[in-house]
Amino acid sequence: MDKTINQKAWFLVLPVFLVVAFSAILPLMTVVNYSMQDTFGNNQFFWNGVGWFKELLDPTTDLGERFFASLWRNLFFSAVILAIEVPLGIVVALSMPRDGWRVAACLVILALPLLIPWNVVGTIWQIFGRPDIGLLGYVLNNIGINYNYVSNEFDAWVTVIVMDVWHWTSLVALLCYAGLKSIPDAYYQAAQIDGASRWAVFTAIQLPKMNRVLLIAVLLRFMDSFMIYTEPFVVTGGGPGNSTTFVSIELVKIALGQFDLGKAAALSLVYNLIIIIVCWIFYTVMTNAGSERPASKGVA
Amino acid sequence: MARIDLVDLAHSYGGNDADPTSFALKPVTMTWRQGGAYALLGPSGCGKTTLLNLISGIVTPSRGQILFDGVDITPLSTRKRNIAQVFQFPVIYDTMTVGQNLAFPLRNRGVPKAEIDARVAQIANLLDLTPDLNRKATRLTADAKQKISLGRGLVRSDVAAVLFDEPLTVIDPELKWQLRSKLKALHRDLDLTMIYVTHDQTEALTFADTVVVMHDGRVVQSGTPAELFDKPAHTFVGYFIGSPGMNIVPAEVRGREARIDGHVIGLNRSYDSLPSGAKIEIGVRPEFVDIAPPAPGLLSANIDRIDDLGRVRFARVRIGDAKFAARVPPGLSIPEKSAGLKFDPSRVHVYADSLLVEGTA
Repeated sequence: MDKTINQKAWFLVLPVFLVVAFSAILPLMTVVNYSMQDTFGNNQFFWNGVGWFKELLDPTTDLGERFFASLWRNLFFSAVILAIEVPLGIVVALSMPRDGWRVAACLVILALPLLIPWNVVGTIWQIFGRPDIGLLGYVLNNIGINYNYVSNEFDAWVTVIVMDVWHWTSLVALLCYAGLKSIPDAYYQAAQIDGASRWAVFTAIQLPKMNRVLLIAVLLRFMDSFMIYTEPFVVTGGGPGNSTTFVSIELVKIALGQFDLGKAAALSLVYNLIIIIVCWIFYTVMTNAGSERPASKGVA
Repeated sequence: MARIDLVDLAHSYGGNDADPTSFALKPVTMTWRQGGAYALLGPSGCGKTTLLNLISGIVTPSRGQILFDGVDITPLSTRKRNIAQVFQFPVIYDTMTVGQNLAFPLRNRGVPKAEIDARVAQIANLLDLTPDLNRKATRLTADAKQKISLGRGLVRSDVAAVLFDEPLTVIDPELKWQLRSKLKALHRDLDLTMIYVTHDQTEALTFADTVVVMHDGRVVQSGTPAELFDKPAHTFVGYFIGSPGMNIVPAEVRGREARIDGHVIGLNRSYDSLPSGAKIEIGVRPEFVDIAPPAPGLLSANIDRIDDLGRVRFARVRIGDAKFAARVPPGLSIPEKSAGLKFDPSRVHVYADSLLVEGTA
């Protein structure tokens, strides 16, 4: 059969090319361009090669030190919120009703924090935690706990973490709930017949059946917390000192605070690369989790 | 191991005060003896799964009691009931190996390890699962997974009964036969009471020594396969069991004669006191109606078509408006349009409002 030659089809694809070019490829190339040059304003640029990258990845330089400090800080933050939000989300999902009007009520309440704009979340907690007018800060200080997120690093961290848990545990809970709902009743009935305890039902049925949604939840929460900017910026502005300055806050400081376009571009490329690599790892794990691996050789 | 008694047991998913005619299971009183192989047979929606779930405790009855060895266990939860059940679709625990899956019901009950190992080995051997014992259960085929489910049902030796809810639905036809005979063999070896739910009469008749036929939430007959075949207590049993099913046609019955469209069929027994106003039908299995060349003294019928089943041929005929299936004796060349029908009078049963009427000799 002869293939119909119709080049007009390209016109249908062209808009997509244009949109992607202007929204992704051109900006990215601009950043790549910046990362190789230095500027002192006046739109004058000087070639710097891989100089910025060398500096960035060398912890003995100022730039490298700031980058690695914020990177470890950020990874620690992600680890802490994952360690809290994932188990908490599972517990919330397990304790939700399985049917009736209460399901709708629970879902709406859970969804509320997810619907609030991020800087509003930041503002809410910024005011909530203030020792002079905030309910939380005021009450804590009056019952004898010295709490001030502006001057105390530990308090600042607690505030940022509690805020994130408040904001995002719902997402984990909703995903887990969806996973739980997809388990056929026969599994629970079989477990009852088999005399399984509540804990055995959880470890033998619910957790394994939830592992895919849990992977997605961990991926989403890791990505979001690794890229977090708005909420801590609104609450603590990265302080006190640099104690809550995460990578994206550091990036904005360099790019807009100091107007070091070259350094900022190099940092954002490395930042981007880390995120892509983590995504790829998760993707690989997820696609392999469901597929058949070669059967074990063990024979009884 | 136990005798199971159902006392006036009934269930409605709409609650106790629902309309009695809408009950999923209408009141039933019956006994399942220890060590029996039972089949619960009926079409979809007849209440057989409900009955099974009532016995296992997954569903709590609206009324009535369930006794194990005379002890009322109606309020007990499934976990405390000492019953095993195998579901229609395989249920396996994903993270466990085949062996761990089989051991799960025993481990949950704190059986000593040596005993668990021995029993798991025995059941795995009976189900040909031994080579797979150390493999992850998720990696197996649907057939093998269902065998694991069966194994988990059979692994406990102390259960009052093992309930099967259409367990062979997902199995290939080829393997179905093997597994069914395997179950039958297991029943002999393990001395367990087994109740097997199915809508497939072959499955029921080959597995069970007592078949309980259900229809519209009611147990209409329970008996050996031969009893169900020879003397269906309800027109539904006659129609549902056998292939093709029993001929059930409206007739006027008086004394030792039944009349269909003016034609007379002789009966072996006398039916003098039939309830007036009831719908009277006669039922006779196609196997006991023979086609013959038209002859005086035989009922004449019009032939609609012949179904050749290979081993046996059945003719679809009509007497007036009444449709019959009748056996074509081997070697008989089939008459063109009309034929005579030979009834075996001892095999013709009379039904009033669908229930068998015992005539007087």
